[in-house]
Amino acid sequence: MDAANYLYLSALLFTIGAVGVVVRRNAIVVFMCIELMLNAANLSFVTFSRINGDLNGQVIAFFTMVVAACEVVVGLAIIVTIYRSRRSASIDDASLLKR
Amino acid sequence: MIDLAIQVGQTAKPEAALFWILAPLSVAAALGMLLVKKAVHSAILMAFMMISLAIFYIAQDAPFLGIVQVVVYTGAVMMLFLFILMLVGVDSSDSLTETIKGLRPIAITAAVGFGGLMISLLGRATLGRTSVGLESANAAGNVQGIATLLFSTYVWPFEVVSALLITAALGSMVLAHHHRIQTRPTQRELSIQRFRSGSLANAAGLPAPGVFARHNAVDVPALLPDGTAAAASVNASLKARGDVLNSKVFELGTVDTSVEEEK
Repeated sequence: MDAANYLYLSALLFTIGAVGVVVRRNAIVVFMCIELMLNAANLSFVTFSRINGDLNGQVIAFFTMVVAACEVVVGLAIIVTIYRSRRSASIDDASLLKR
Repeated sequence: MIDLAIQVGQTAKPEAALFWILAPLSVAAALGMLLVKKAVHSAILMAFMMISLAIFYIAQDAPFLGIVQVVVYTGAVMMLFLFILMLVGVDSSDSLTETIKGLRPIAITAAVGFGGLMISLLGRATLGRTSVGLESANAAGNVQGIATLLFSTYVWPFEVVSALLITAALGSMVLAHHHRIQTRPTQRELSIQRFRSGSLANAAGLPAPGVFARHNAVDVPALLPDGTAAAASVNASLKARGDVLNSKVFELGTVDTSVEEEK
């Protein structure tokens, strides 16, 4: 099987994640969609690593996972902080800078 | 040449089957993530997606990353998401109504454009290329290969990432911490307040549920000496939900004292 199929899948998943970030309002779901985009990028890295016969891609994917874990921890802490002061997890409600 | 082609075809077949079964399922799960209403269902679909990606990693000669994906993503990150979901609960932001006019058609148009661009680009870029495969790179083992790279070429980024992890942990603690506006009342102050606040009825604490009633579950109010229910003995949130039972339900009628004669 052509390894490029994985790249097509990765592009599809990335696009779906991007739509989710724009369309959904719940901050947690938006966050999950960002994770989906990161995962799609990881799939590309792993596939390119296989296409080129080189483990560098897998190491980069590993680093992406670590950074994503950090990002999740801080992001969820921000969501909890916002929820504590505003009693809402909707991203449309946090628009204080606009006014 | 033909032999080689047959060999390649045979070795690639199980992977192709795996891909064509799992890829549509993972795309469906990703789409479902956008379309389902409840955030918890999104999280479940996300977990499914991540596990199928882990299987793809393992199928692509990256067993270490596949296992890390299961442990870190479906294990730690998704649990964190579910914890926060439980903490935040369900609110109006779960609804799928459009708040900004025309956002959805624009988003879908942009996505179709972007996705089409990516896929056509990939179709052109990878045309006619065959993958090298990781057999030689993984000769000494996948984990060993990654470790060799990680501790030689990437040792500096690796250290920087450790600093990032510590910063993230500290940052989340700082964000999640909140100061009390008033100092916490001590046990002594609480006790004094209890005796000074008007009636002495609750000075010894609130009555426990079920006392003197014929049933001692938390949703049955205690009975006062005159037989009426003590409202303070049941949790307020149970009362608000309407889950409090009437103690009278458990009262016995006339006690059956008849004894059957033994024959």
